[in-house]
Amino acid sequence: MGKTFAEKVLGKAAGYEVKANDVVTVEPHFCMSHDNAAPIAKTFKKIGVKNVWKPGALVFILDHAVPAPSDEHAVNHKEIREFVKEQGIPNFYDVMSNGGVCHQVMCEEGFALPGLIMVGSDSHTCTYGAYGAFSTGIGRSEMAAAWATGKIWFKVPESLKITVTGKFKKGVTAKDLILKIIGDIKADGADYMSVEFHGQGITDMTVAERMTLCNMGIEMGAKNAVCPPDKKVLDAIKGKAKSDKWEAIWADDDAVYVKELSYDLGDLVPCVAKPHTVDNYAAIDAVKGTEIHQAFLGSCTNARIEDLRAAADLLKGHKVAVRTIVIPASWTVYRQAMKEGLLDTFLDAGCVIANPGCGPCMGNHEGILAPGEACISTANRNFKGRMGNKESFIYLASPLTVAASALTGKISDPREVL
Amino acid sequence: MEQTILRGRAWVFGDDVDTDLIYHNKYLAETDPKKMPQFSFEYYPGKENFAKEVKEGDFVVAGRNFGCGSSREHAVYCLKFSGIPVVLAESFSRIYYRNAINNGYPVLFVNGLSEAIKAKAINDGDELEVNLAAGEIKNVTNGKTFHGDAVADLEKDIMAAGGLIEYLKEQAAKSA
Repeated sequence: MGKTFAEKVLGKAAGYEVKANDVVTVEPHFCMSHDNAAPIAKTFKKIGVKNVWKPGALVFILDHAVPAPSDEHAVNHKEIREFVKEQGIPNFYDVMSNGGVCHQVMCEEGFALPGLIMVGSDSHTCTYGAYGAFSTGIGRSEMAAAWATGKIWFKVPESLKITVTGKFKKGVTAKDLILKIIGDIKADGADYMSVEFHGQGITDMTVAERMTLCNMGIEMGAKNAVCPPDKKVLDAIKGKAKSDKWEAIWADDDAVYVKELSYDLGDLVPCVAKPHTVDNYAAIDAVKGTEIHQAFLGSCTNARIEDLRAAADLLKGHKVAVRTIVIPASWTVYRQAMKEGLLDTFLDAGCVIANPGCGPCMGNHEGILAPGEACISTANRNFKGRMGNKESFIYLASPLTVAASALTGKISDPREVL
Repeated sequence: MEQTILRGRAWVFGDDVDTDLIYHNKYLAETDPKKMPQFSFEYYPGKENFAKEVKEGDFVVAGRNFGCGSSREHAVYCLKFSGIPVVLAESFSRIYYRNAINNGYPVLFVNGLSEAIKAKAINDGDELEVNLAAGEIKNVTNGKTFHGDAVADLEKDIMAAGGLIEYLKEQAAKSA
């Protein structure tokens, strides 16, 4: 009987054969934390261990509130800098031009690698599955424990296989696929599971598109989500891998799954997730014309260069009808967008561009909504009050749908603009 | 675990109660767990007064996928330090469940709770009796009973120590 990706990767890390529902203790290859490294450092000190187990395995990337918008955030950042110095942590991305949204930076900088065990004190850590890593979000206490011991326990998850075939029609993207899947299986549809994406439809996608899929694995409850580490991934990590422990691992053809689903990309249409849950799917026709007050093109889900190109292509030569906030996922993406003239396109269209970081995604700053306002956003969560005000409304959509809607001030079908 | 019967009032919630509803991201900069209860459920429609009105010993009762969303432990602390002895739900999100165990905070998977809530078999203010060790719940107000899954062996050591950090401290002391 064959093995799933999770069984193989966790078995390799544990050093013996494992199957779903076994419990293993493994050493993570990388532990990522963002601004919450400060409270984790405090918890770490309570354990009574003086030094972190392996400074080089820790990666800190400030992104949630950068540059610090309040004294509390500033103090958090200061405590992180002091801890970095004290512990000699080499991989620290401060408020500087090598930074950005933590998950984007982890991938750009070569930390996300096939076959690695990666944990992060952020629920969207599942993003690195696009590079074939086993990556998952954990809480702060657990992260402090991992720093101290270099160990973490996992129940080997059961796996959900999603096979994707066909080709996208014009105006339809990876975001529309993942919103459709979550709408079908609901917010708890993959609770505790490892989600594997298979099929030609995935092979045809860019690594950036796969990041959008894996990023939202948590929104259906998954422990991790993963795509095959194919040539596109190997090309993407060439010359920048931050570890030599990686290995391209993939599920056996005869692996056993608890559930299997299949999607034909050709069946999909542009869509949104309506307020206030990510599984509240609506095809574009059902919501077309809904008034919006703000558009947000950013976040770890959809602010890579490919996303900015797609949105800029649609905005070029037009003016936005509502305030439109563009936040590239990293400074590398920002610089590339600048070189390609995309930032000019956004500015010409009337958009504002903010510094790379999480921005308004979880309501910290740079685009909080007022009561009664609606925002169409490329981010991953539309929970009530997520963008800072509990009487506001968030519609999640692809960069194309967000750009099309920004132009009209109403939720709009990108196929009618393209 | 002791065979004690806990008694208290129910605060009833639906399915997919996300971490922003339990503890909104606006208050994430707070790092003192004891100050977190004042923000509990502030964003949950109809439960805005939870923080003011909750009494020690009350229960949080919910449907499927309680605690979905963010990895924030605030969503565990705010209930733990409100004096809620246990969260009863049909199911929990993975990270919420781990965060609870890692903080020595009991959560109980209760079969059929989502449908029971929808069918009004448990309502706000109902008096409940909970036998945590046995996983038995009785709604004293209407006589209905429910059964939960007792905590798995795997997590018992961590729970017994009072949480992951305390557990590690014990382990470190033993090996010293």
